[in-house]
Amino acid sequence: MIKTDVLIIGAGAVGCALARELSKYNIKVTVCDKNDDVGGEASKSNSGLFSTSATMPVGTLECKLRTIAHSMILDVCNKLDVPYIECGSIAPILYPDQLETAKGLTERAFQNGVYDYELLPAKDILDLEPTLNPEILGGIYSPRDRQCNQFIFVSALAENAAENGVEFILDCKVTGMDVSNGKIHAVHTTKGDIEATWVINAAGLHCDEISDMVDECDFKVNPRKGEFYVFSHDTPVKVSHIISSVPSPKTRGVLVIPTVDNNMLVGPTADDVEDKTDVKTTAAGLASIKSQALNMIPGLHFEDTITQFVGVRPARTPEGYDLRFSEKVKGFIGISGVRSTGLTASVAIATYIVHGMKEHGLELERKVGWKQTRKGIARFAEKTNAEKDALIAADPLYGKIVCRCEQVTESEILQAIHRPVGAKTLDAVKRRVRAGMGRCQSGFCGPHVIEIIARELGIPEEDVRKRGEKAFMLDRD
Amino acid sequence: MKDIKCCVVVVGAGPAGMAAAISAKKNGAEKVIIIERENRTGGILKQCIHAGFGLQYFGEELTGPEYAEKFSVLANETGIEFMLNTTALEIKDKTLVCVNTEGIVNIHFGALVLAMGCRERTRANLVIPGSRPAGIYSAGTAQKLINIFGHKVGKEVVILGSGDIGMIMARRLSLGGAKVKAVVEIMPYLAGLVRNKAQCLDDFGIPLMLSHTVVDIIGVDRVEAVTIAPVDENRQPIMEKAETISCDTLLLSVGLIPENELTRSADVALSGITKGAIVNQYKQTDKPYIFACGNVLHVNDLVDHVSHESEDAGKYAALYAAGKLESADELAVEPGDGVRYVCPQKMACVDDNVDLYFRTAAPGRNTTLTISDDSGVLVTKKLIRTTPGTIEKLTIPADKAKNAIGKIVVKAEHKEA
Repeated sequence: MIKTDVLIIGAGAVGCALARELSKYNIKVTVCDKNDDVGGEASKSNSGLFSTSATMPVGTLECKLRTIAHSMILDVCNKLDVPYIECGSIAPILYPDQLETAKGLTERAFQNGVYDYELLPAKDILDLEPTLNPEILGGIYSPRDRQCNQFIFVSALAENAAENGVEFILDCKVTGMDVSNGKIHAVHTTKGDIEATWVINAAGLHCDEISDMVDECDFKVNPRKGEFYVFSHDTPVKVSHIISSVPSPKTRGVLVIPTVDNNMLVGPTADDVEDKTDVKTTAAGLASIKSQALNMIPGLHFEDTITQFVGVRPARTPEGYDLRFSEKVKGFIGISGVRSTGLTASVAIATYIVHGMKEHGLELERKVGWKQTRKGIARFAEKTNAEKDALIAADPLYGKIVCRCEQVTESEILQAIHRPVGAKTLDAVKRRVRAGMGRCQSGFCGPHVIEIIARELGIPEEDVRKRGEKAFMLDRD
Repeated sequence: MKDIKCCVVVVGAGPAGMAAAISAKKNGAEKVIIIERENRTGGILKQCIHAGFGLQYFGEELTGPEYAEKFSVLANETGIEFMLNTTALEIKDKTLVCVNTEGIVNIHFGALVLAMGCRERTRANLVIPGSRPAGIYSAGTAQKLINIFGHKVGKEVVILGSGDIGMIMARRLSLGGAKVKAVVEIMPYLAGLVRNKAQCLDDFGIPLMLSHTVVDIIGVDRVEAVTIAPVDENRQPIMEKAETISCDTLLLSVGLIPENELTRSADVALSGITKGAIVNQYKQTDKPYIFACGNVLHVNDLVDHVSHESEDAGKYAALYAAGKLESADELAVEPGDGVRYVCPQKMACVDDNVDLYFRTAAPGRNTTLTISDDSGVLVTKKLIRTTPGTIEKLTIPADKAKNAIGKIVVKAEHKEA
């Protein structure tokens, strides 16, 4: 039996932000997740946006937390060395019926305190973003929408939490709870029982299943599938702002997103599905993204896509954020309804919950020597030649390029594996340092990364996984 | 940071790079360096352990490693300097910036030969829908895992694409005990060489499904099955006729793309068709000090062709570095009816034979190949049959090359489909 003060179920953006927030105090915090890596589900397969609350429903908890988070997030990113770009966003108006909607949105933005959300005439919008369809009727410009590397965001939160004493137990699925007399006596997991004073449900896509274990589930998680294209760095037509759609009967909201890593993301679709594990791209979904995106940016070169993927986001019925301190079960905190806005909102959700825990009688004593910063893995590809030389002088493996497409060195891969809450699979390495994320999609570096992971973890190469428990790269007989 | 000077620097120690370097040396370049990112020479030939190489160039049948070894030995004898475990990062004017575990190395050159080879097209390039499990490999990656690393990739395999590597891997996997259930090709004809179909598919009873493609990939962790559908004349799948084949591995052999990222750093003009540099018969790009050869220039069918072409690149790079390559007026060389592309795309009108390499657009029989300029037909050749999988070569004789006018156009006309 593992004993802890706080058990966080789920190591996505919200779980990791909570872990870091709680790591400031002298209590034992444990995070478990069924995946092999942090940020394993909705927190990885998304567009990495840090958006303002301009278009949020007015007065909701979601809107409030997002507003607060938007003012906090750059401080967190700067302290944790998480890369982001302040690109701003533009929603072009393509159809007359979108004009009314756009006016409504600007009024809502004003109510939400986002005063720099502006409806502009076509010429001004085209001046800002010349790649747009020249026939637009105008557009909304929102300068403070940002894009971050969502993989690094989540792993940086986790890494910093771990450095401050939080224990992460991965490949660890919660299978049930021993609940009686309004108290959780044990949380059963695939890695044994855990006893905790506080149990926080941050399971995202699976939060209904966890809440159900304490009989607190009066909602349903509806998996909503979003397909995306990822574009190569060298595609000739690139946007410099996040291009989003003004909701209209003709469009469901495809975005064209410039990324920190100089790729472009185009998507998502929004299809409600039954199966939370349905990560299949579809011909129809991809075709629909393509036509909607080309309508906004006619010059896009879809032949320059390097991959397509699916993210499943946890929509909730009924809708809305629900951060609940259970009245029935002592110490159980349920977080649900955190949909795509959760990446931004995570840092505010964390402080909100911790505040609530104090209100509920948790006495927190600040930890002496809490490390509030974390330094990211230095990326060879981004350095000047003089800086590269210095990196190699300190660690010669910075001179050994493993992934040619993204120019990722062996040193970076070793750091990804050996840092706290390190990578154990090919996908986890890829998310942290981009080996295999380029144009050849790991065709060249894949065999070498398999070799490095096996060597560093001391396992046979046949046991190296792409991700998860059973996605083995090689034939194991 | 280290600085080195040389006459000719070659990027890549595969068959193209080694042939170019040896030829540069033989043609008077004093100091020739080859940059190679891997720890051994040979490039992709290292993993091509099957035979079939060298019939044209050496007049004997060799395996890939044997073919490469002959060039390695020759390169060493000729005094070529190798920098292994070294990656070229960018070209800045006449300096090649490289990196290895000792740091950044700037190589100041007289001429540079690009010989980086190519990469494989991926699933994403084809936009194949479905899930993203383990067990999807490009044919070359599987070949490396099996032949270099000694692994097994799977037990039941479907191969998409009838390119040469795909067919060779069908045989390799069969020999290794795997069951290759089908080779699926979207086009109505074979993408690779006919001899590979006979030796790699027919001899092993592996079905070739022409005019079919993969429309779905099934499996969460590891591939469990793929769905195959026939395609109509517009290459659109006919979903009503789709069938599912269980397998644990999907191999993709769906084409190669020249690896021209380094080339782009030098702002060299590239061809939209070959995806390689635009060159004249010297394999000289629009940056006169940069030459290109092998699969980074255009994807070849036989390594023997690569060796010949690369010798030209090396020779003229050496002459350029010595200030002996004179520039002449250039004519455009273009594909005409029935031809997909021609390499070179430009021709300097000089008193020397000019070899044109090209691929036809569709397979056919009783084919007439012609090269003409604005004054009329310069060269004609008749062939019993041609396929896009085979590179054709025609030579414009020196006297005609010297006096050519206007535009050079290569055509292929089939009497029968």
